Amino acid sequence: MWPRLVPRGEASPVMVWMTPVLAVALTLLAGTALFAALGYPPGRALHAYFVEPVSTFYGLGELAVKATPLTLTAVGLAIGFRANVWNIGAEGQLVMGAVLGGGLALAFWGEEGPWLMPAMLLAGILGGALWAAIPAFLRTRFNASEILVSLMMVYVATLFLNWLVHGPWRDPEGFNFPQSRMFGNDALMPVLFEGTRLHLGTPIAFAVVLGGWFLLARTFVGFQIKVLGLTPAAASYAGFDQRRLIWFCLLLSGGLAGLAGVIEAAGPVGQLTPAIPQGYGFTAIIVAFLGRLHPLGILLAALLIALTYIGGESAQITLQLPIAVTGVFQGMLLFFLLATDVLIRYRVRWGAPAGEAGRA
Amino acid sequence: MTFPNAGSQERPVPRLEARGITKGFPGTLANDHVDLVLDPGEIHALLGENGAGKSTLVKIIYGVLKADSGTLLWEGRPVTIASPADARRLGIGMVFQHFSLFESLTAAENIALGLDSAPRPRDLAARIREVSKRYGLDVDPDRHVFSLSVGERQRVEILRCLLQEPKLLIMDEPTSVLTPQEVSRLFETLRQLADEGVTILYISHKLEEIRSLCTQATVLRGGRIVGAVDPRTVSARTLAEMMIGGDLVVPAHEPVESAHAPRLVVRNLSSTSDDPFATELRDVSFEVRAGEILGIAGVAGNGQAELLAALSGESTTAADHVEIEGQAAGHLGPRARRALGLAFVPEERLGRGAVPEMTLAENAILGGAASRGLVRSGVIDGQGARAFADRIIDLFKVATRGHGAEARSLSGGNLQKFIIGREILNKPRLLVAAAPTWGVDAGAAAAIHQALIDLAADGAAVLVVSQDLDELFALCDRIAVMFHGRLSHPQPVGQTSVEQIGLLMGGLFDRSEAGKGDRDVA
Repeated sequence: MWPRLVPRGEASPVMVWMTPVLAVALTLLAGTALFAALGYPPGRALHAYFVEPVSTFYGLGELAVKATPLTLTAVGLAIGFRANVWNIGAEGQLVMGAVLGGGLALAFWGEEGPWLMPAMLLAGILGGALWAAIPAFLRTRFNASEILVSLMMVYVATLFLNWLVHGPWRDPEGFNFPQSRMFGNDALMPVLFEGTRLHLGTPIAFAVVLGGWFLLARTFVGFQIKVLGLTPAAASYAGFDQRRLIWFCLLLSGGLAGLAGVIEAAGPVGQLTPAIPQGYGFTAIIVAFLGRLHPLGILLAALLIALTYIGGESAQITLQLPIAVTGVFQGMLLFFLLATDVLIRYRVRWGAPAGEAGRA
Repeated sequence: MTFPNAGSQERPVPRLEARGITKGFPGTLANDHVDLVLDPGEIHALLGENGAGKSTLVKIIYGVLKADSGTLLWEGRPVTIASPADARRLGIGMVFQHFSLFESLTAAENIALGLDSAPRPRDLAARIREVSKRYGLDVDPDRHVFSLSVGERQRVEILRCLLQEPKLLIMDEPTSVLTPQEVSRLFETLRQLADEGVTILYISHKLEEIRSLCTQATVLRGGRIVGAVDPRTVSARTLAEMMIGGDLVVPAHEPVESAHAPRLVVRNLSSTSDDPFATELRDVSFEVRAGEILGIAGVAGNGQAELLAALSGESTTAADHVEIEGQAAGHLGPRARRALGLAFVPEERLGRGAVPEMTLAENAILGGAASRGLVRSGVIDGQGARAFADRIIDLFKVATRGHGAEARSLSGGNLQKFIIGREILNKPRLLVAAAPTWGVDAGAAAAIHQALIDLAADGAAVLVVSQDLDELFALCDRIAVMFHGRLSHPQPVGQTSVEQIGLLMGGLFDRSEAGKGDRDVA
């Protein structure tokens, strides 16, 4: 007897939150098989991957450091995705946030003060929002797909950063390495706990999660976003201004990605380098969907994905596994999530069909 | 040619007999031990409200669905109908409510596509002409479907069935899109077919039509047979009460005599569209006064959608084409017009008037949230929204498990009551309602009509755009007709008739006064 998929009457609310858990379980199972096939003892490999990295205080701090840019970016993206505004170019907005915020740090290098950090954060938000304003303008004015435009803008932003650190912003005492000066003390995110790299960005990310939740659950703008995403015709019936909502979503998601960028540059990196774009902007898309486009879900999803990052590094060190294993785990996670999502609308039945009725 | 009546001594072998048909869907039992006997040459009505199980039963007979249990007998022999092709082989034809024609192909090509074994094109055209002549179904086989009127398209569908020489013809709500004149022509065709021995299973909820056409009626309610009568011998009211299983309260509307100030004025409204299938409005002018219900009749696709969009503000024009409460509003969007006192009930209730996945409390915010103070400085008053939803549910008797129910879990009639209630409780000075009772059961329709009448009695202006002439004549003070983007001059209900409105619906704007007895056969 083969299992069959039978449609449920309506979507199962339990499964909406169960399938991410199921996807994680299946990823672990497949990971076990993968490690075994590669000739590593699966138990030890999984331990090295998922337990060791978070078994120290420092490791927990690293988890938060990785989860911070993912959370910041994914909350903004999720709000846009709720309105069917598909900003795929968060990576570029993140880079431009780092460029503008980091540019401020470099411009006032040596003559800083406590005002510099807030100004950098604002500049980062502005940089990301400006970069997202381009797809917003082209979408609302010419109906150009924001998916393609925002994605293409990623490469422009990355090349712009490369040009800056190879040229005008290159550290004059940096032996010609393509990187800027190290930021001054006032231009670095304050570290919260000695002995970790946990910095001020993490509480900011928490605040953004709460703000995003409030926006979606309680405000009229959030309501308009949800209506536009679920039923565009109802939004136009109610007179919600679609253009303004598209602008709002792109500027918000761009601004939050830019904030993540400047926090990354002023946090763990401490300067502008070509390595600022680490793929967080793209990974945040996975985080947003894994978190069910819900800010609180995104927080959990970001922690999980952050674990795959630092687990990959840890496995590389202790077991000499290639770093590509990180991508494999993230890919499996997304794959299993998409596959198990079918259970939201279908249930599995065992046995033969009730009848061979042909449907016309 | 006649056939013995069902009551005679030698009852003929029924053409089709259904015994104990049961079919369940997740959550409901759509057919519960349904028995049905169809004799040769009879026109048999299948009556029931939406969701009573009519469509399910017919789909089982036509092989689209398979019954969970029960048997079908075709001319006395048990049969298994596993697909529509099986049904057609037996001699069952069906004309669906929603046509399945390709607009870019000709009538003949469409018919050929629907035949299980199509003859050569030349022979087919000849057959089509022969059959269409025999039954008075005027169709030019070489014309493209996009250029045909709705009535002509239906004739193509009927011809497609007749070419298979069916012994049982199933018609699902065939008159909902036809003018009264087209309806009487259709009935002549159906009577001729019945005289030749074809059994016709006629699904409708238009009771007067059933009383004039059918010789037998079976009434379904909640998936069960609740009665079988000869519809010619009982009143429409009796039939309606069998359908809803209770007393039918028919709302009465006293026409207003004194004319009050106009609440809505439309002046020389024209539209152009990039969409080749849209109808352009041509110089539409009318006004709706306080306390009045104005009806706009017309076959769908004659510009009603474009007019409604221009009234709601979803499409804008120069400012002075539309005036609400004396203010030029043509350039304003929907929310600005709502602020002037407009409320709007769209034709598609699920997917425009309400968001299917959202709860009723959330959907309560959708129309005119600001005017009811449910949004304060950008933040939604959740408690206020729930209380508002509860009030709508309570006042308009919406059957639901509460304000937390998703809009899509409501039946069409209950959702429509909710939407109309939401719009009315916003205390509009002008309400525009499109097809307010389309597909709504009789009980809910009466409640909706009553609500519209009460609103007008309280001094609001009401505009109803509908294809249902019975509805318009029951509700309205004046009626106008849309045809090809033009609007006829509104006539007081007392000074016009269904026939006259029907002629206008067929496009006889200039001859409508002179040509009352003149049957236009296009």
